[in-house]
Amino acid sequence: MTTQAYPTTWRRPPQIIKNHHWRLALQVGILVYLVLAVSTVDVNWARVYEGLERGQRFIMGFLQPDFTSRWKDISQGLVESLTMTLTSTVVGVLISIPVGIGAARNLTPRWIYYFCRAIIATSRALQEIIIAIFFVAMFGFGPFAGFITLSFATIGFIAKLLADDIEEIDAAQAESIRSTGASWWQVVNYAVQPQVMPRLIGLSLYRLDINFRESAVIGIVGAGGIGATLNTAIDRYEYDSAGAILLIVIAIVMVAEYSSSYLRKFLQ
Amino acid sequence: MLTLSGLSKTYKTGDTALADVTLTVPEGQILGLIGPSGAGKSTLIRCINRLVEPTAGEVTLGKVNLVGLGKSELRRQRRRIGMIFQEYALVERLTVMENVLSGRLGYVPFWRSFLRKYPGADVQRAYQLLDRVGLIDHADKRADALSGGQRQRVGIARALAQDPELLLVDEPTASLDPKTSRQIMRLLTEICAERGLPAIVNIHDVPLAQQFMQRIVGLRAGRVVFDGSPDELTEATLTTIYGEEDWNEMRRGDEEQAKAEADARERMEALAQ
Repeated sequence: MTTQAYPTTWRRPPQIIKNHHWRLALQVGILVYLVLAVSTVDVNWARVYEGLERGQRFIMGFLQPDFTSRWKDISQGLVESLTMTLTSTVVGVLISIPVGIGAARNLTPRWIYYFCRAIIATSRALQEIIIAIFFVAMFGFGPFAGFITLSFATIGFIAKLLADDIEEIDAAQAESIRSTGASWWQVVNYAVQPQVMPRLIGLSLYRLDINFRESAVIGIVGAGGIGATLNTAIDRYEYDSAGAILLIVIAIVMVAEYSSSYLRKFLQ
Repeated sequence: MLTLSGLSKTYKTGDTALADVTLTVPEGQILGLIGPSGAGKSTLIRCINRLVEPTAGEVTLGKVNLVGLGKSELRRQRRRIGMIFQEYALVERLTVMENVLSGRLGYVPFWRSFLRKYPGADVQRAYQLLDRVGLIDHADKRADALSGGQRQRVGIARALAQDPELLLVDEPTASLDPKTSRQIMRLLTEICAERGLPAIVNIHDVPLAQQFMQRIVGLRAGRVVFDGSPDELTEATLTTIYGEEDWNEMRRGDEEQAKAEADARERMEALAQ
């Protein structure tokens, strides 16, 4: 047998649309649509030019941040934000655990499963700002509305990921515990908890820094914290104070990021 | 004594895993269940402690029919049946001691198991069992820090912690090397002999089954096609169980493997010197 008989080139066959003409038509179609879509975007270049100057002042504010003149407002906002972050994460995670277990298909009867998945879907469907507007209207301005908002948002996040994680546990370990005559609670405690705990802790730490960032955003709609301080600074055209606030937020998020990744590695 | 009568299982997909299996396992007998993949060996074992619900038939352990029991009564009966798994099925992130003590879960209330406050007698017994399987120094290690053979020993200790009247053993050596497999099988048979414990062992390694089992049951497509002593397991019977294959060739292969291992061992020893 000679090697001549075999081809020396190979091309990956098309996977999704097998027909050559259809593929070409689709590609051309996408290109035409893109061109048309871009051409409908109406840009007012004069306004962009005007805005550049304001943007420049903003950036200058960043470069010369003013921590001192509004320090009292900033520190109060920060304390509010950090309190809100920590309390809402703790409360949110505590509520997420039963909801997450309930939303795991392999542990619970159908009706509990659908009920818990509905809670999760509701929490996830509403963006933090929308929930915050709602709770601010309900409980008035201030960090309490922020605390409720972030707790509610945490439930959707942690419970969903926890439930998905529980659904993917090694079934053999659960089966072996069940075969000893263990009750449902004992199966959860002995076979499920050890398997999902590291991830649950990791997710909670991750949520902690999401909640801090979100606390800065929901402050803008009146839910207290550093966001409210930032909003006030921008409203007063005090870009140097706003720059200082943003720098502090960035620093805190970075610290949270590094410490949580360190902790997660330690917990494995 | 365990009696299965007319045991059948048809899965929701319509696959018949077991068809009218009738078997009696007397006190102290070690029964090897052989058969090709998909013959229903795993299903049979799981129907006994009802990790899989049988569709028809009876499972009688002592005087109790396990089929049709309610939830809490089933849990009480499961304590009497120890199970040892393929790939060990230990809870990897728990310590060896917790894994052994988990054999007591059916006996203790939730708060005791949750706080890991087991009665003194249970803890003492767990230590005794760990000593029996040769792992007493590893009690505080996490299960995932052990080797395959050690893990299966923990699995054996966990099953024994239940004080079982029957052992169900599902492919105990499937993920072990040949030498460790033999050690584990020897340990299992010794322990069963010490306690007069009957056992059903799923095993796909025919020479291993012949070496260690007192009785062999061959399963094919959910039916018992052979039931006899290991000596009666001839080429013709193996063919009824597994279909056509050159059995002498396989056995020779097994010998070859044993020789190769011995050779490798000698070389390792020479290196160590």
